[in-house]
Amino acid sequence: MGQMDSVVGSSPLLEAENLSKRFGGVHALKGVSLTLLPSEVLALAGDNGAGKSTLIKIISGVHHADGGSLRYAGKEMKFDNPHQARDCGIETIYQDLALADNLDVGANVFLGREPVRRIFGLPMVDRRLMREEAEKTLRALDIHIHRLSSPIGSLSGGQRQSVAIGRAIHWKARVLIMDEPTAALGVPEQRKVMELIANLKGSGVGIIFISHNLIDIFQVSDRIMVLRRGSKVGEVRTSETNPDEIVRLMVGG
Amino acid sequence: MTTTEAVPNVSRQIRWLDFLAAFRAWLFLGILLVTFEIWAHAEYNSTFFLNPFNVKSIAIFTVTPLLLGLGQTFVIISGGIDLSVGFTMGLSAVVTAHVFNWGTQFGSPVLSLVLAVLTGLGIAVVPGVINGMLIADLRVPPFIGTLGMYGVARGVAFLLARGTTVPVQNALIGAIGNGEIAGFPNLVLLTVAILAMMHYILSQTRYGQHIYAIGGNVNAALRAGINVRNDTVVLYILSSLTAGCAGILYTAKFSAGAAQAGEPVLLDSIAAVVIGGASLFGGSGTVIGTVIGALIIAVIQYGLVFVNVEPFWQFVAVGVVIIISVLVDQIQKQVGKDGANG
Ligand SMILES: Nc1ncnc2c1ncn2[C@@H]1O[C@H](COP(=O)(O)OP(=O)(O)O)[C@@H](O)[C@H]1O
Ligand SMILES: [Mg+2]
Repeated sequence: MGQMDSVVGSSPLLEAENLSKRFGGVHALKGVSLTLLPSEVLALAGDNGAGKSTLIKIISGVHHADGGSLRYAGKEMKFDNPHQARDCGIETIYQDLALADNLDVGANVFLGREPVRRIFGLPMVDRRLMREEAEKTLRALDIHIHRLSSPIGSLSGGQRQSVAIGRAIHWKARVLIMDEPTAALGVPEQRKVMELIANLKGSGVGIIFISHNLIDIFQVSDRIMVLRRGSKVGEVRTSETNPDEIVRLMVGG
Repeated sequence: MTTTEAVPNVSRQIRWLDFLAAFRAWLFLGILLVTFEIWAHAEYNSTFFLNPFNVKSIAIFTVTPLLLGLGQTFVIISGGIDLSVGFTMGLSAVVTAHVFNWGTQFGSPVLSLVLAVLTGLGIAVVPGVINGMLIADLRVPPFIGTLGMYGVARGVAFLLARGTTVPVQNALIGAIGNGEIAGFPNLVLLTVAILAMMHYILSQTRYGQHIYAIGGNVNAALRAGINVRNDTVVLYILSSLTAGCAGILYTAKFSAGAAQAGEPVLLDSIAAVVIGGASLFGGSGTVIGTVIGALIIAVIQYGLVFVNVEPFWQFVAVGVVIIISVLVDQIQKQVGKDGANG
């Protein structure tokens, strides 16, 4: 459905085919396929335990699939770890944000990739560069954080979320994966994050986004894929469906 | 109407507490120095910290707890703890003394000193590597793993010392250990050099940055591609190495190695790290803070002796400082959190 009327020349960023995964006796994912185009927001819906997190963890290199294949930018890929996926441009915003609360914005944006300058031959982490670059990226995304040099534990949930997304964009993510990005936020902050996602669409990034919130899903997604007990039970364009249909797909019957 | 009044009040309170929390160690140190100074004047009509002899004694007194606390600072920032450093120090002191004595047979005390120092450091690496692998690879909780190593290092150190101290048989090492350069004791100069190196590693290198990240959120560190396993092993090696340095300097100072060299200092060294502002939950702490923390303990211990107070009051005083220090930290965190949410 999605591909038929997609713009000519925008070949898929991501094509997953028949991915499956077992955890001991639990068949968490049973042959799920997925396609993501540039500038597209794909929402993953499904009840608890449906396999949504497992699916994105395979794509982002956290889990290895037991079966199936993954093509990224037209090339067959097999990520051994999240670092490899990140290096290729697949960034994940985790539920727990994967931010270090005791470090400032710059240090978090550059976590694990700190720039180094040499002073008298001694390598030193370049904090000023980290702060300036972080600020630049955030400003471009219309994110305004005043306390750039205090630990981000002192920021609000929405601001922390923005830092996490800003970090992904800073590192030129082409695929952005978000697992319940607004789950821990108050309503005004949820709206801010949704606006941010909508803004990102223009930049060519492909976004996969897991949510329990149908209002959010209908507000920003282009396509909705529904999982139930590890299987894909539906995939529809957001403009051609309604919340009732999605709920029916989620619960089955 | 109440809110417009409450907001500036709260933020002023937060700023004040932030300040107090950030500089509490300096504050303590200042208060202590002034108190002892006044005390010394009032009671004995003499001076305390304006007397270079006292300053020198305190500096030398600080060397062992500080060196043990240095590696400990790294470990505590990462969210771990290293209980084995006291006996790693003892082990290193005993081995250094033995190797130095054995090496003198070759006729060159300098050569045997070099051999002794290298072996002293080398032997210290062993408990560090084992601690690191227990904790990073086998997921043993740091408290338990290093407690086990505390026992092993203790036993081996006493066995190697045959239950007694090991005197060195050449004056060179003692001359270095008690010598001075331009009025500065060699021990203190060596400690300052080690300190500068550790400060650089922690505050300026990517490794140091990663230690803070591991202590702040180990999952974030892992997902950012930080090699948490290797960094953790290096952490416990660093901790053992600074303990090994303390052992070598002990042997140099007393011209003898002793298995129990670091035993009475272990808890003081952890106290120095905590008083210096590190959180035992990980994520915060600095080398400078630990230096101040170690100085506070040394000033309390030396100062109370100086003004002739029964030595047992030292324990009470250090204990009170630890508790106040942690309380300030807790209150600041709590108020800070309320401020961010409310
Ligand atoms: N690391 C894991 N180990 C064992 N079982 C897991 C693991 N991760 C997920 N599962 C199981 O796989 C199923 C799918 O989980 P998940 O992908 O987290 O679902 P969702 O994100 O849709 O709520 C669940 O039954 C869950 O218990
Ligand atoms: Mg999930």
